[in-house]
Amino acid sequence: MHFDQKTFELPRNLQALMTRGRRDTAESEGLPRRSFLKLTVASGFALGAFPLGAAAQDAAAPVGLKPLQQPSAFVHIAKDGTVTVTINRLDFGQGVQTSLPMILAEELDADWSKVQSGHGSNDPAYLDPVFGFHFTGGSSSIAHSYTQYRELGARTRAMLVSAAAAQWKADPTSLRTRNGVVIGPGGKQLGYGELADAAMKLPVPEAVTLKDPKDFRLIGEATGRLDAKAKSSGRQGYGIDVRLPGMLTAVIARPPVFAAKLKSVDDSAAKAIKGVKAVLRIPLDRGGEGVAVVADGYWVAKQGRDALKLEWDSSTVEQVDSVKQLAQYRELAKKPGAHKYDADVSKLADAPHIIDAEYVFPYLAHAAMEPLNCTVSLAGDKVELWVGSQMPGLDSFAASKVLGVPPQNVQVHMQMTGGGFGRRAVPSSDFVVEACAVAKAAQTAGIAAPIRTLWSREDDMKGGYYRPMLLHSAKIGFDAQGQITAWDHVIVGQSIVGGTVFEPVMVKDGIDSTAVEGMKGPYEIPMQLAVHHPKVNVPVCWWRSVGSTHTAFVMETLVDEIARTTKQDPVAYRMKLIGDKHPRHKAALQLAVDKSGYGKKKLAAGRAWGVAVHESFDSVVAYVVEASVKDGTPTLHSATAGVHCNLVVNPKSLEAQVQGAALMGLSMCLPGAAITLKDGVVEQSNFGDFVVPRITDMPEIAVHTVPSADAPTGMGEPGLPPLAPAFANALAQLTGKPLRELPFKLA
Amino acid sequence: MSTLHINSQDRQVDADPSTPILWALRDTLGMTGTKFGCGAALCGACTVHLDGQAIRSCITPISAAEGKKITTIETMTDGSDRVGAVVHAAWVKHDVAQCGYCQSGQIMSATAFLKSLQRGKQPTAAEIDGAMAGNICRCGTYARIRAAVADAAKAMA
Repeated sequence: MHFDQKTFELPRNLQALMTRGRRDTAESEGLPRRSFLKLTVASGFALGAFPLGAAAQDAAAPVGLKPLQQPSAFVHIAKDGTVTVTINRLDFGQGVQTSLPMILAEELDADWSKVQSGHGSNDPAYLDPVFGFHFTGGSSSIAHSYTQYRELGARTRAMLVSAAAAQWKADPTSLRTRNGVVIGPGGKQLGYGELADAAMKLPVPEAVTLKDPKDFRLIGEATGRLDAKAKSSGRQGYGIDVRLPGMLTAVIARPPVFAAKLKSVDDSAAKAIKGVKAVLRIPLDRGGEGVAVVADGYWVAKQGRDALKLEWDSSTVEQVDSVKQLAQYRELAKKPGAHKYDADVSKLADAPHIIDAEYVFPYLAHAAMEPLNCTVSLAGDKVELWVGSQMPGLDSFAASKVLGVPPQNVQVHMQMTGGGFGRRAVPSSDFVVEACAVAKAAQTAGIAAPIRTLWSREDDMKGGYYRPMLLHSAKIGFDAQGQITAWDHVIVGQSIVGGTVFEPVMVKDGIDSTAVEGMKGPYEIPMQLAVHHPKVNVPVCWWRSVGSTHTAFVMETLVDEIARTTKQDPVAYRMKLIGDKHPRHKAALQLAVDKSGYGKKKLAAGRAWGVAVHESFDSVVAYVVEASVKDGTPTLHSATAGVHCNLVVNPKSLEAQVQGAALMGLSMCLPGAAITLKDGVVEQSNFGDFVVPRITDMPEIAVHTVPSADAPTGMGEPGLPPLAPAFANALAQLTGKPLRELPFKLA
Repeated sequence: MSTLHINSQDRQVDADPSTPILWALRDTLGMTGTKFGCGAALCGACTVHLDGQAIRSCITPISAAEGKKITTIETMTDGSDRVGAVVHAAWVKHDVAQCGYCQSGQIMSATAFLKSLQRGKQPTAAEIDGAMAGNICRCGTYARIRAAVADAAKAMA
């Protein structure tokens, strides 16, 4: 994506806030916070940040505070005392629409029974305060907005107190707040709802004192979701449910091979279908072409799409074959690559023990339950988008390019979303750009109605932006004590961020940081790591926990194999190898060990323990699992999680995130969890041939957290990576054979 | 023009008889509680009841519903149905939903299952899993679905 640096400039006043980023993780391999800062400061890149004018109760605009520090865009208090908190993220199941309001309500001393929440937009108030652009991902919502939302709550509280003090002609410092009321001299009370209008007109205080965490009443309490009732009754609206007057629906015929062009279009049968309004030839993502059928409703549009007679020209694009691709990756792994880590690997030659391992990982679809969709309304040079987006700023910028309007004229109405797992954070804004291309072509064809572009499940499954296919090759030398003398490692896989706006900060020396994050882990080991990023005509993207989906599997199964080979307990061996520099790893692992009964409890016949520990996105998760194999079919019976994510805002939400992430980790192991290509065409199409876990696959998952009062780290993803290797390690214990491929092949 | 009997009301639907019930509900009638997930009876997100049986509305044409009673999530959880009210309460109590997109279908499968049980019978864990195995949840809420269904069964006894 191209950014016009002259047109866009990150608000300078964000910089101070951003430099206040939490724990310095500049050297961590995930999404590098400070690197984003460097990019935005050095180049003036804006990543889609521009003013739209936050709409809420009007506060007198303070000079020193930035939009994302001012309560007006985040808190609305109604006369009846109802507090509505706006979240600066997409909620697509991770629960921030409850936990962010909890953080704000804590400092506000709100009455939780009167708190509700809603989504924001692409207004600059809703930028990620650390990254400086609109973003939901990298398990960053709580980690980055914890202090921000506390301060917003504290500022609002201070304004309410000031309003009460003015009314009572009392000293504000003599007033207290509790549960949505200000309490004054003699115990007299004013509800927040009575004070809100006056309070929100007062100057916003810059400096506020935050609570001592020991005084928290809400943070740390297991709290039910604010949307639980709506989501248990069909009343929760999602992007796909948006209905606008006169709205039409578009279904797009996309090329069978990525980025192929059209040779011929016969739309006579499609146009003959009642309800079909237009058949439009449109440009698609990555230079491809497609045909959109615009109709009254999805079913008619899809009938129209199915009736198209299209010929494609796939001659100019690579037609990928997964079998050949693996052979090519194997050849590439033998060649010198870009070095992430250097080490002396000459000691491999005379090592007492050697592991020579190859790992293979397939492409993976996100397969979120809500199929991709985006609704576009054009009126003059104003554009409105209704979409569940993980990067609404970038998406609105992309929309402005397609539609030829100023970026500030694009308003994104953020929609509750049925999952995403990274698919709604595509740097090319593929599905938003497509929807805008449809709206533009429709407008040219004389259609003024808003248009919802909706993907079928098959479109979604075949539509690309997968977790990349990867090959790891490892040669490890070690002695009888498990002392590792040399580790020669190669990773082959497409770069996720190469060629995107993120490349300048996330690709260093030719290495995509998302491909190697999680390598080495907490272990002090003499590793040489070489990386190859082949260019392949398959669009790739981050998939929940990104690089750790494969690096955790490789690292944790290899470490386990060394322990098994040298007849050491896998927990004790890890504790030894971790050393003293990673106490959170040790604490999480020890907690999982203690709570599971590992080493103490006698397992049922045919079962084995499996262990893994991994840090991603600044949080550590360890699993101890129980598994068995019967007739060649592996079963995961239970998993005990030990989690270190510092302070836990909502234990209920955390448990759900870990259980869900664990199940998604398990999903990588299930036969059929693979996207493959033949003649350039994706072979899978729906849940029948791309397998995801069902209730019958769900193990017992117990979640335990290491107590901590430190500022929270994220938990949207870290529960995923260690699950599959823990399962694999248990199976290797049972079968005597290491598992080095996902999904599992036990034959 | 077809006449569909939906949630105790006769509704006129101007759509081709081959149109799936799902799209008549969602696009023609604006009843968006029933969700589109796969279009191929593989994920259960579109589950509604047809004469009390759980069916996948994404592959069932409106022609197959004429003269039959369609029940959707909207009325199942509005308090008017005893089992639906119990299941809704259990779903809220256990905080089942995450993204929530599949939960309409999950609840329609759960209510059909619980209504099919003999009065007073408590389902086994395997029976609950069997009844719910056709509904995919990508967030992984299955542990709480199990607990909510079991709880609802107890509450009905």
